[in-house]
Amino acid sequence: MQIDWFTLVAQVINFLVLMWLLRRYLYKPILKAIDERESKIVAQLKDAESKKKEALKERVEFNKKNEKFDSERDELMQKVIDESKEQKKKLTEKARLEANALKKKLDDEILANHAAQKNEIEENIQREVLEIARKTLADLSSVDLEKQMVRTFVAKVNQLGKEEKEKFVSTLASGKDSILVQSAFDLSKTEKSEIEKEVNSLTKKEYDFEFKVTPKLISGIELSANGYKLSWTISEYIHSFENELNAPIQDKKDQPSDKK
Amino acid sequence: MELSPDERVFWEYGFIHINLTLVTTWVLMAVLVIVSYLITRRLRTDIRISRWQCILEMLVLGMNKQIQEIGLEEPKKYLDFIGTIFIFIAFSNLSIVFPGYVPPTSSLSTTAALAISVFLAVPIFGISESGVIGYLKTYVQPTFIMLPFNIISELSRTLALAVRLFGNIMSGGLIVAILLSIAPLLFPILMTVLGLITGLIQAYIFSILATVYIAAATQESKSKKIKLKPKN
Repeated sequence: MQIDWFTLVAQVINFLVLMWLLRRYLYKPILKAIDERESKIVAQLKDAESKKKEALKERVEFNKKNEKFDSERDELMQKVIDESKEQKKKLTEKARLEANALKKKLDDEILANHAAQKNEIEENIQREVLEIARKTLADLSSVDLEKQMVRTFVAKVNQLGKEEKEKFVSTLASGKDSILVQSAFDLSKTEKSEIEKEVNSLTKKEYDFEFKVTPKLISGIELSANGYKLSWTISEYIHSFENELNAPIQDKKDQPSDKK
Repeated sequence: MELSPDERVFWEYGFIHINLTLVTTWVLMAVLVIVSYLITRRLRTDIRISRWQCILEMLVLGMNKQIQEIGLEEPKKYLDFIGTIFIFIAFSNLSIVFPGYVPPTSSLSTTAALAISVFLAVPIFGISESGVIGYLKTYVQPTFIMLPFNIISELSRTLALAVRLFGNIMSGGLIVAILLSIAPLLFPILMTVLGLITGLIQAYIFSILATVYIAAATQESKSKKIKLKPKN
């Protein structure tokens, strides 16, 4: 049991060689790998941290946007509600106005119908009355009704009051020299000349007469010149008769509105 | 009966002779370097690594941590030296599981060579850390009177290192050899198991003591650094 000096030196050299080899093939690569991994992990952690921060930032931004969107949506919704209310109001108003207009139109139409019917009835009555009068007059005398009417009209012209006469003459004198005579039936020459003679003697002037048949008058004669009108028709009597008939009805209609 | 593997010489020329100690050492060196190369040539820097890489990383990081815990702040600087001492002694002692194997650490020449390496490494690290004067100052610590005792301790601890390792490993082998002749069946196995534990502990003790000696030699620069630091 003694030290072999050659072995000792050789072992020292061996140890140094082994140290160099292990440094080359073990410690260096292992430590390098560990360092690299650590730096990689640190980088990953940093990356994760930055991503987390970014995510947080994005989340905050998203929340902000969401809130903004919500408020905008609420505003829009409110606006839409207001607009729809306004529209509803407008439409209701429009519908009401239209309904009123329609009602008015309907009322007018009813009134027009009513008036038309009344006119028709009036005309029928006039015609019937005329027919009755004609028959009656024909039965009672030998002179037919038309002649009687002409005679009556001539008599009416004759019987005009002083003021009326003056007005008639002055109106005829101020205008054209033609007078329009309308009648419901065709007048005979004798009757035409009788009327011309009577008017000329009244005005003391020669006028041109234009005779026209207007069935609307039903029965009667109407003389017009320069806006002046002189007539005798059954419709006048019927109108006065109608007025008398309508007077109590009109009074009844007026009374409730007065109360209101 | 051979007490040391030095005594079995294979080849001799003048004062040069190749004995069992040297051959075994070369084989161990070759195995260590080849295994290290095979494992480290395909190192991964990902999070998932191979088992062998994991084992090597654990070994290297464990040694690093031990060195750091003893007081050397930059363990990477000392890892080559201390790590190689530990790996070589541990591998050499654990290889007794192979039949017919005689560990080179059971030769006093090998343990003395390792102890001399430590003896030389201590001043080298000490001077590199704190300079020649700084290192020499450690001999007169705490007072000048301690100088001879420090020198004696320097020499005696080197001798102790060599003899401790040699004695433990040689005795283990010797006991197994004696037991083989007395009770050849069970006892040698038990003693080999004990030898494994002893061998590993000796590797640990040797490398830890080497670290402690180096740490003591570099204390001067450390105390300087502490003095320079401003008080918080």
